Amino acid sequence: MEQSPAKTENKIIIEWINKGSSVLDLGCGDGELLALLIKEKQVRAQGIELSETAIRRCVVQGLSVFQEDIDTGLSEYADKSFDYVILNQTFQQVKKPDFVLKEALRVGRKTIVGFPNFVNASARFQIFFKGKVPVTKSLPYEWYDTPNLHFLGIADFLGYCKKRSIHIENSAFVTKNKKIKLFPNFFAEIGLFLLSSKDTSQVTA
Amino acid sequence: MEAKRLTTSDPTLENIETKYYTFAQPPDELVLESGEKLGPITLAYETYGELNKQKTNAILVLHALSGDAHAAGFQKGETVPGWWDNMIGSGKGLDTNKYFVICSNVIGGCRGSTGPSSTNPVTGKPYGTDFPIITIGDMVNAQKSLIDHLGIEKLLTVVGGSMGGMEVLQWMVAYPERIRSAIPIATTMKHTPQQIAFNEVGRQAIMADPNWKKGHYYGSAIPAKGLAVARMIGHITYMSDTSMTEKFGRRLRIDKVPLKFGADFEVEGYLRYRGDNFVKRFDANSYLYITKAIDYFNLLNGNGKSLANVFEGLKARVFVVAFKSDWLYPAYQSQEIVKACKLTGVDTTYCEVSSTYGHDAFLLEVEEETHLIKHFLNGVSNGNNGAH
Repeated sequence: MEQSPAKTENKIIIEWINKGSSVLDLGCGDGELLALLIKEKQVRAQGIELSETAIRRCVVQGLSVFQEDIDTGLSEYADKSFDYVILNQTFQQVKKPDFVLKEALRVGRKTIVGFPNFVNASARFQIFFKGKVPVTKSLPYEWYDTPNLHFLGIADFLGYCKKRSIHIENSAFVTKNKKIKLFPNFFAEIGLFLLSSKDTSQVTA
Repeated sequence: MEAKRLTTSDPTLENIETKYYTFAQPPDELVLESGEKLGPITLAYETYGELNKQKTNAILVLHALSGDAHAAGFQKGETVPGWWDNMIGSGKGLDTNKYFVICSNVIGGCRGSTGPSSTNPVTGKPYGTDFPIITIGDMVNAQKSLIDHLGIEKLLTVVGGSMGGMEVLQWMVAYPERIRSAIPIATTMKHTPQQIAFNEVGRQAIMADPNWKKGHYYGSAIPAKGLAVARMIGHITYMSDTSMTEKFGRRLRIDKVPLKFGADFEVEGYLRYRGDNFVKRFDANSYLYITKAIDYFNLLNGNGKSLANVFEGLKARVFVVAFKSDWLYPAYQSQEIVKACKLTGVDTTYCEVSSTYGHDAFLLEVEEETHLIKHFLNGVSNGNNGAH
């Protein structure tokens, strides 16, 4: 059976996370990734999710989750409360991604961000030749029902990290459920980044 | 409350008997938070299910303002089961095939536990308003004596809504090492002026009743009208605008020309019925004492307790539940609890359940609550979530 793109992303994220660490997943959905992390990496897991139905599914799996908005949900956490904060496929959906990522970097020793690349080849093709807003595998929504509020590409994010002095410790790119290496801004459907704030990397260096 | 009760077909919940535990015999009375002493103290309690050999499957259920020890099943001759029967029993949210469920009546109450209507050993007459002021902390201290008596070192969970939720929070702070998890439902860490205000109107209604006689009415006519009005106010705050509209609309109870100031509207009839019924089973002085205990409740009061340290050292898993239409204990108050848990790194789950029932939802949103609590408890008993 063909693996869904989400599975490949999960594999990469699980690889990046150390055994027995603590993880906060922002927008954890039905808790699939957290459950896998508990099983494979024995992490202490906490999720935040706004959807009541998704929260129900998390509770069924015995996960610890907060039903709240990740745009405002981090302020109570002290600096470095978690080893990892995950923003997988939710980064482009929050109202204030700049603020949320700043908070994630404060609360987590490391932050993992995953988002769909809005400027990959298929999207460019659709805009250029069809003259339509792209609907692709990683961007499956129509303009009128998309939860995505912000549209960015891999290059945009690299530029952003540089501007904000965010240290990129690792990155991975996925197309058609496979990791790719070449020209990610053009080919990648999804980009994944393991980040830390610059001052942290200096301390550990 | 008003929901249709399913009659239990669970034979273990037939012929339930209330048990009694008496302790704090003079001179070893219980020292109350006020500094006064109370003793002897009797707690009325019921249990459902079997305590396992290791005594690790015990759940303490904490009742709300007007509740009692009879949480589930039927007592002999009873047609209506206990107040949380839809949650407690075989295969239910608190599954009596797996868990040993305990529920006791609070001190200050009037349903078998020591309260203002009990006999004062000094005078040989009912305490009345000579009964000392009690707090949520005192209620929990008494419950802890019962748990000691039952030989239970660590409760699997403490669970309750409204005032019961306050007791849950008090357990989390006073006896964190005695609980493996906690489920505060539709509650608050401190009573707000609005909440105190509603209680005060209820108390004034009782005290304005000429039969109240400064609390020494036992043996004569009781302040029934005052207590009934207090209960009517309570019921208004337990419902929501939507649930009242759905339940009553503007429907009239009569077809003919209305009586002057009769209970013309269905909602009026309902409140009168609720008020009059309440008087048959509840003591007016208990209403005064318990509402005061609720009003005094402030988990952040004294001892340098703040949101940031109130749950320090708590190892229990916490499950906070709020209901969207509850305006008496609004969701933001549950979010405060969650905040405090986050600040001290307590392993917490928070759900805000959609419901139109208002505060009553904690007794009526059975399906959702059962689903959530059942799985949360599975997680606690299986001890999952990594590092914990």
